[in-house]
Amino acid sequence: MPEAVITASILTKKYNDFAAVDSISFEVAPGESFGLLGPNGAGKSTTMRMVGAVSTRTSGTLRILGLDPDEHGPEIRSQLGVVPQTDNLDSELRVRDNLIVYGRYFGIPRRQVAKRADELLEFAQLGDRAKSRVDDLSGGMKRRLTIARALVNDPRILLLDEPTTGLDPQARHILWDRLFRLKEQGTTLVLTTHYMDEAEQLCDRLVVVDKGTIKAEGSPAALIRQYSTREVVELRFGSDRNVDVARQLVGVGDRIEVLPDRILIYSDNGEAELAAIIGRGLAPITTLVRRSSLEDVFLRLTGRSLIE
Amino acid sequence: MTGQASGVASAGKSRRWGSLYVAEHKILAMRAYLQTLVVTIIGNPLLYLFGLGVGLARLINAPVGGATYLEFVAPALLASAAVTVSANEFSYPVIAGFKWNAVYFGMNAAPISPAQIAGGTVLAVLVRMVPTVGVYFVFMLVFGAVPSGVGALSILTAVLTGLSVGLVIMAAMSTVQEDRGQPALIQRFGIMPMFLFSGTFFPIDRLPIYLQWIGWISPLWHGTQLGRDLSYGQSEPAWLVVVHVVYLGAIALVGWKLTVRTFVRRLNK
Repeated sequence: MPEAVITASILTKKYNDFAAVDSISFEVAPGESFGLLGPNGAGKSTTMRMVGAVSTRTSGTLRILGLDPDEHGPEIRSQLGVVPQTDNLDSELRVRDNLIVYGRYFGIPRRQVAKRADELLEFAQLGDRAKSRVDDLSGGMKRRLTIARALVNDPRILLLDEPTTGLDPQARHILWDRLFRLKEQGTTLVLTTHYMDEAEQLCDRLVVVDKGTIKAEGSPAALIRQYSTREVVELRFGSDRNVDVARQLVGVGDRIEVLPDRILIYSDNGEAELAAIIGRGLAPITTLVRRSSLEDVFLRLTGRSLIE
Repeated sequence: MTGQASGVASAGKSRRWGSLYVAEHKILAMRAYLQTLVVTIIGNPLLYLFGLGVGLARLINAPVGGATYLEFVAPALLASAAVTVSANEFSYPVIAGFKWNAVYFGMNAAPISPAQIAGGTVLAVLVRMVPTVGVYFVFMLVFGAVPSGVGALSILTAVLTGLSVGLVIMAAMSTVQEDRGQPALIQRFGIMPMFLFSGTFFPIDRLPIYLQWIGWISPLWHGTQLGRDLSYGQSEPAWLVVVHVVYLGAIALVGWKLTVRTFVRRLNK
């Protein structure tokens, strides 16, 4: 493995007695697309702020591009692109000016940053909105502008905190397409998400984070293989009957999870399990056989659903 | 679009010039309300000097502290103009920077430190304040309210006054987590009483002794007195002139230190 661009070892961040991040360790290789998957409050954003060299750690070691963020914050930040969870574009500036003033923060000369802004607007598919007001952009456009802004310094690492939260499906897919292009060009991506489909789409490797700790690490496919079965049968009998019916399903599948609104049966052959259940005379209101996802991995590891 | 380090970014430049980049950003943002700024810069002195200075001066014929009423009130209005810019620019925009559009967090994610963000914000306000006070002074000249040859120096003392009040407001507003009308409170219970009790319209020794302390602790009174010293040669002992300058400088310094502390705490938590 080439020398890591991010190395965290027993990294901890405490607020008074509360450990928002509790002794996590991970490495990110250059060009890798690395994800932190977990529910709200898991410590993902706190980790991202430490990696982004804007929050000091309580203990542990952290090296970004070989530098200690406590001592070389500006040097590290000059090589990072940051897409925060909430857009913080300047609504008093026009779209293109947002890129230009941001480029200046990196000491880029005006002429150079103006050229760069035009290239990035094309990349973000906002070329025709250069003079628009930020408030007139849709949520997806604002997000793309924030990503374009994060690329203004040609960063070595792009940090994305919940990049598609709050976007409609079409806007998410456009954004994924842009991020995938960056990944193809060799940009190191580090992203947090609580969407398993996003993690599966974008991450080469990820860590599952819960309550400030890492529960598992691996590629999406490897995690699914290790912590789940190939397929899942989802059954709905009505929220007041799920628990009762689950007692009659003992022995079906490899494992059963009873959620408030549905029962999940884990198996490598979902269709066969479903036929067996119907054969027992049970009549679910709806059924679905699907592939296992990271949602199932998370459920297995924590006993909780990702989105609660 | 990206790749390995291309060398376009320079942390060294950001460390040296970060405050100027922030100021550049804020000044560019002022373009969004440039018309309002121009109207305010020209309209305010016209209205105040006509209404209060010329209008009221006709009623008050007796000299005040060795000057005509217009000469007496004009330096106070000049310092107040600087304070008004401060009260506007260091209140809502600072809350906005942390809260509403959170641009400070964006700047801090780039190689810009919290102190540079605060410093650049102050520089940008100065870029608005100096022309405001300068134009005000030109109107004072036109109205014949500046007999002294060194009167132009009162532009500097007015700016120092604005900065002194402004940095305290900035320190207070940077702590605001939720907007519960704090800027309006500062305007009503801070700026307005200061305007009324700082010897703006009459010398503070005409106030009952139990109210005069408001003037003594008010940066506006110290700034106004300095302005009067310069614009029409009001006679004050030298030690008192020094007290005015030191007091304004000290308040500004305390405001700045508190501001930076809060900026660091909130941006690098």
